[in-house]
Amino acid sequence: MTLPSSPAVNSERKYWLDDPRHVTGIFYGLALICAGLFLADVFYHKHTYFSFEGWFGFFALYGFFCCVALVLLAKQMRKWVKRNEDYYGD
Amino acid sequence: MIEGLNPALLLICGALLIPLLPRGIVRNGFMLALPVLGLLQLWSLPHGQYAEMSLFNLTLITLRIDSLSFVFAVAFLIAAAISVIYAWHLDDELQQVVGLFYPGAALGAVLAGDLITLFICWELAAISSVFLIWARRTERAYRAGLRYLLIQVGSGVLLLAGVVLHVRATGSATFEHLDLSSPGATLIFIAFGIKAAFPFLHNWLQDAYPEATVTGTVVLSAFTTKMAIYALARGFAGVEILITIGTIMAMFPIFFAVIENDLRRVLAYSMNNQLGFMVVGIGIGTPLALDGAAAHAFADILFKALLFMSMGAVLLRAGTVNGSQLGGLYKSMPLTAGLCMVGAASISAFPLFSAFATKSLILEAAAQEGHWIPFLFLLFASAGVFHHAGIKIPYFAFFGHDSGIRCQEAPRNMLIAMGVAAALCIGIGVFPQALYAILPYPVVFDPYTTTHVITQLQLLAWSALAFAVLMRTGIYPPELRAVNLDFDWTYRKLLPALSIRVWKELDRGWMGLTEAIKCQFNGLMRILFLHHGPHGRLAATWPTGSMVLWAVVLLGMCVVFYYV
Repeated sequence: MTLPSSPAVNSERKYWLDDPRHVTGIFYGLALICAGLFLADVFYHKHTYFSFEGWFGFFALYGFFCCVALVLLAKQMRKWVKRNEDYYGD
Repeated sequence: MIEGLNPALLLICGALLIPLLPRGIVRNGFMLALPVLGLLQLWSLPHGQYAEMSLFNLTLITLRIDSLSFVFAVAFLIAAAISVIYAWHLDDELQQVVGLFYPGAALGAVLAGDLITLFICWELAAISSVFLIWARRTERAYRAGLRYLLIQVGSGVLLLAGVVLHVRATGSATFEHLDLSSPGATLIFIAFGIKAAFPFLHNWLQDAYPEATVTGTVVLSAFTTKMAIYALARGFAGVEILITIGTIMAMFPIFFAVIENDLRRVLAYSMNNQLGFMVVGIGIGTPLALDGAAAHAFADILFKALLFMSMGAVLLRAGTVNGSQLGGLYKSMPLTAGLCMVGAASISAFPLFSAFATKSLILEAAAQEGHWIPFLFLLFASAGVFHHAGIKIPYFAFFGHDSGIRCQEAPRNMLIAMGVAAALCIGIGVFPQALYAILPYPVVFDPYTTTHVITQLQLLAWSALAFAVLMRTGIYPPELRAVNLDFDWTYRKLLPALSIRVWKELDRGWMGLTEAIKCQFNGLMRILFLHHGPHGRLAATWPTGSMVLWAVVLLGMCVVFYYV
C-alpha cells in the first residue's frame, strides 16, 4: 500500500509547474498583487487603534521585514543549535 | 438523551468496550457513534451542574456545562469524531481504545466542575495519551514516550499538590477563578503551564508529538494543550503575566519552525505559537479576549488536526515527513496537497478561513486595551506563522524541488476526515457568527471590515513575497537532516551528563573512603600481628601464660580499688 509506484509511470506527464517560466510567472504575479495591495491604502480610510497602524503600507512592510528578519535570525540560530541527526543517540 | 449523563463517561466507557466488538464496520461504526452521541448528549443538556457527589465533606461537580466549557467540549467531540474517521483503516486495538479513551478523559477535564475531578481526568489523559506514542512500537518512540509521560505526570503531581493546598486554605474544591498569590494556586498555575507549553516547559510537545503514530499525532494535537488553555481561561483569566508568557510563546517557536526539518515537528512548533495567542487572550481577560482565546482554540483544533492529518498521510504514503527528502508530492497526492493548503490558509488567517475570524478577536482585544508591544509581537508572529506553517509546510512537502517520490494518494477515509476538517475551517471563516454564537460572551465584532481584510492581505502577501525573494536569491536556509537543540537538551543531555559526573565523583569519593578504612584496618591488623602474631609477646605465652598474666592484672586492679 505504501510502496511508491515506478517513477517512469508519472515521469512522462509534464506538469504546468515543471516549467520554470511558469514559476517565475507566479513570482511576478505575486509581486504585482503585493504592489496592488500596498497602493490599496490610498483608497480607503483605515480604522486603527495605534498611530503606527495608520502609516502608509505599514502592514505590508512590517510583514515583509519581519519575515526577512525571522529567516535571517533563524539562519544564524542554526550555528548554535544545529547538531547531527543522531545527536541524542536514538 | 439521558438526563445528567456525562458525555465524557460515554466516551471513556465506550472506549473500553471496543475490544469486545468484531473488527471492521461494526467496531468502526461504534467508534464513530460515540463522539456523535456525545455531541448530541452535550447539546441536549441545558447549561448547569450535574452529577454532584460528596467526598470527605467536599462537593464534587463531575459535570458542569456552561458557556466556557461548552465551546471546548463541542470542539473536542468534533475532533474525536474526525480522528475516528481518519483512523478508519487502522486495525490496531490499542490505538482504537486509547483514541477515544484519551479524548474522553480530556473532555471530562473540561466538563469537571471541581478540582478533584479535574485532577483525575488530567492524569487519565496523561497516562492514556502516551500509548499513542508507544503504539509506533520503535525504541525511539518508546523513549520519547517515557520523557512525555514523566513530564505529563509531573504536571499532574503539581496539580494535586496545588489542589490539596488550595482546598486546605479555602475549604472548597470548586474550580473557579483562582488567586495566583496563594501557594496552592501557584502550583496549579505551573501544572496548567506545563500542559499549555509555556516557555521552558514546552519541549515535551515538540519532542513527543512527532514521534507518535500517523493517526496518534492527530489525536494528540487536539486535546492536551487545549484542555490546559481551557483550564487557564477558567482559573486565571485576566492574570497579567499571561500576556508576557503568551507573547514569548507566540514568538520563539517560529524561529525553530523555520529551521526544523521534520514537518510534523514544524507543526508542533507552530502549535506552540498558536497557543501563545490564546494565552495572551486569557491574560488580557476582557470578554472579547476570552472569546478570542476560546474561538481560536476551537479553530486551532480543526486546522491543526487538518495539517497533522495531511502530514500523516504524507508519512504513510511517502514514508517520511522530512522536508529535506520531500518535494513535488502534489503530483502523486493532489487532493492531500489541496486539503493541506486549506489548513495552511486557515492557520495563516487568510480572509474566508477560520483563524481570520478567531485570531483577530485576540488582536482586537489587545489593541482595545492598548497593549501595543504584545500587539506588534503578535503581528510578527502572525507573519511568521504564515511563513513557516502556511508556506513552508505545503511548499517543502508538495511543491519545491521534486524529490522523485511517486506514491499513492491518501486512503479515502483520510481524505474524508481531512475534507470534513477543511469544510469546518472554511465554514468558520465564511460564517464566523455561527461560532461566535456559542462563545462564552456575546460577540459584537465583524472581522470582515475593509481595514481588517486589506491589512491582513497586505501582511500575508508581503510575507509570501519575502519567502519568494529569499527562496529565489538562495538566502533561505535549506532543509537539512539535523536536530536543533531546544530546551529538551537540558534533560536529554545536560542532566544525564551532570548525573554521570556526579556519580563518578561519588564513586571516587567512595573509593577513597574505603581505601582509607582499609588503611586504618591494615594498621590495626599490623599492631595485632605484632602482639599476637607468631613472634608477639602476648601470643608467646598464650593461652595459659596470658591467662595468668591477665589474672595478675585483674588482681592488681582489685588491690588498687580496695585501697581507693
